[in-house]
Amino acid sequence: MKKSYKLDGLCCANCAAKIEREISALKGVIDANVNFMTTKLVFETALDADVDEIVTKAQKIVLKHEPGVVFK
Amino acid sequence: MKKRLIRIIISAVIFTAGLLIPAEARWFRFAAFLAAYAVTGLEILLLALRNIFRGEVFDENFLMSIATIGAFIAGEYPEGAAVMLFYQVGELFQSYAVDKSRRSIAELMDIRPDYAVILREDGTTEKVDPNDVHPGDIIEVRPGERIPLDGVVRSGTSAVDCKALTGESLPRELVRGSEALSGCINISGVLTIEAQKEFGESTVSKILDLVENASGKKSNSENFITKFARVYTPIVVGAAALLAIVPSLITGDWGVWVLRALTFLVVSCPCALVVSIPLSFFGGIGGASRSGILIKGSNYLEALAKADTIVFDKTGTLTKGVFKVREIRPAGISDSELLDFTAHAECYSNHPISQSLKAAFGREPDAADVTEVEELAGQGVSALVRGRKVYAGNAKLMRNIGVDCGTYEPDGTVVHCAIDGEYAGYIVIADEVKPDSAAAVGRLKAMGMRIVMLTGDSRAAGEKVAGELGISSVYTELLPDGKVAKLEELLAGERGKLVFAGDGINDAPVLARSDIGIAMGALGSDAAIEAADIVIMTDEPSKIVSAIRISKKTLGIASQNIRFALGIKAAVLVLSAFGITDMWMAVFADVGVMVLAVLNSFRALNTRKL
Repeated sequence: MKKSYKLDGLCCANCAAKIEREISALKGVIDANVNFMTTKLVFETALDADVDEIVTKAQKIVLKHEPGVVFK
Repeated sequence: MKKRLIRIIISAVIFTAGLLIPAEARWFRFAAFLAAYAVTGLEILLLALRNIFRGEVFDENFLMSIATIGAFIAGEYPEGAAVMLFYQVGELFQSYAVDKSRRSIAELMDIRPDYAVILREDGTTEKVDPNDVHPGDIIEVRPGERIPLDGVVRSGTSAVDCKALTGESLPRELVRGSEALSGCINISGVLTIEAQKEFGESTVSKILDLVENASGKKSNSENFITKFARVYTPIVVGAAALLAIVPSLITGDWGVWVLRALTFLVVSCPCALVVSIPLSFFGGIGGASRSGILIKGSNYLEALAKADTIVFDKTGTLTKGVFKVREIRPAGISDSELLDFTAHAECYSNHPISQSLKAAFGREPDAADVTEVEELAGQGVSALVRGRKVYAGNAKLMRNIGVDCGTYEPDGTVVHCAIDGEYAGYIVIADEVKPDSAAAVGRLKAMGMRIVMLTGDSRAAGEKVAGELGISSVYTELLPDGKVAKLEELLAGERGKLVFAGDGINDAPVLARSDIGIAMGALGSDAAIEAADIVIMTDEPSKIVSAIRISKKTLGIASQNIRFALGIKAAVLVLSAFGITDMWMAVFADVGVMVLAVLNSFRALNTRKL
């Protein structure tokens, strides 16, 4: 399943790279991409993955690197 | 951002006050600089602490905290406070620049219609969301409004501005029956348009979707710099640790070396490097879209700069794909008589050939003059025109009716004509080369590109166009799968990148197979927008030249930024290891490099003269 979120307030390019890397490494995530310029996070999950759990974890990762980002 | 600015100003004021306090009042000085530090630095210190507990040690906040706290412990209060202050100034500037760049590109692509006005049968109008309009609904577009959905003009005439879509500044004329593209702005008259597509399927949605998802595919430079950033910080921090310990053990002069090591930490933040590269690419993609060139990812923009072969499809790409009368060769009658009879004989046909004859004739043939029309499949037509028996068609038809039409090797389609059993001459109908094709080919050649032309057309027609344009490498009479096979052959013998440019009709497999597929004149053609990597909204081949120039410029800027940022950082590291620079210089170098790199990447947006 493909999920797409807008990360409002993302302003550090290196953090974007870290977020992308860590979300890609989550179990059940096939591919993740953070587009720094459009502040879009897109990730694809495996069919049998627990999507809600991944979303929660992804949210935590984002907030760890860039506090104050609004996840929508 | 505003909060940050206020903090910076307060901190700067306290900092300046601190500098004025004489050195004898040591504790006052300390208090002033500590206050200046706390205003800007507290946030960073807290973030650093929090991230350590979350297992994220080597982040920018932590490095900045260590460097500045170290400076305070070493008694260098102004340095400690200044580093934090300038770091925050840099961050502020960076977020401002990124914001500005994001916004200027969003503005470029501000083609989303906010509403549609539905015209009901009873004559009333209602403003609705474009998503609520369905095919078959009639919408009204007043001057100044944006056409919200693709459709056909039912009434009204107007000029529309399609600059946002195609980069073309000349307005297009719309009359009853014309196709109206969503995203264009109506300039002069009121138009009523019958919607033909849902909003989500309309051109404007497709383009927005494409642009918003562009640069999702990262270029090699971007991947390089993020990978580099990953190792850069640990290496610099490691070097700082070594620099603090090893020379100190030897010389015993801990103060000097630890301070130098702290300077290392100041330049260890990779953000300046990381931010300027995507900024450059995004600028290039944004600038290109302003010229009507949509690029689907930074990787394609990067690949385009390395292209060394361009394969063109002929019909619709280098030529207009529209047939036109090129030659009139009468035998025994005048030019206009030949055209008159042939156009009349063909007047009941809807074939492109008869359309082009009508167009050359200049007025609608009088159907009342034509009787006994008979279509002869695969040969032509026969008809009685003003009482005279006219045959119009190919050489086979002439042979069948026993008329000698000579031997003529055509580079287009030939229509022979016989009147009352006598040969009356022939008319050549051919596709026309686009006005800027020759210039485009010339400029591409000047760039050192190898140019190849593929066509499904006859050898004579293909070679004629190639000759006109100065293309020496031509492959003709190729069926669609033959084009793919030929392309694979070319790809196999290729070192650089291969570009294929087609009009998107029937060549989707070739577009997909090439390194970079460029679809031309793709306004409204969904298949081409899907299959291509780069979409050129107009049908000018010269835009390919612009696209290549934009890609080269963007790549140049990105590589300047990488070299410049790395070079300065390396220089500062070396100089500070020898104690030639201090923390002041380091923080200026760090923030300055970032500012310059970001400003430099702004240049990528400017594609006007390319």
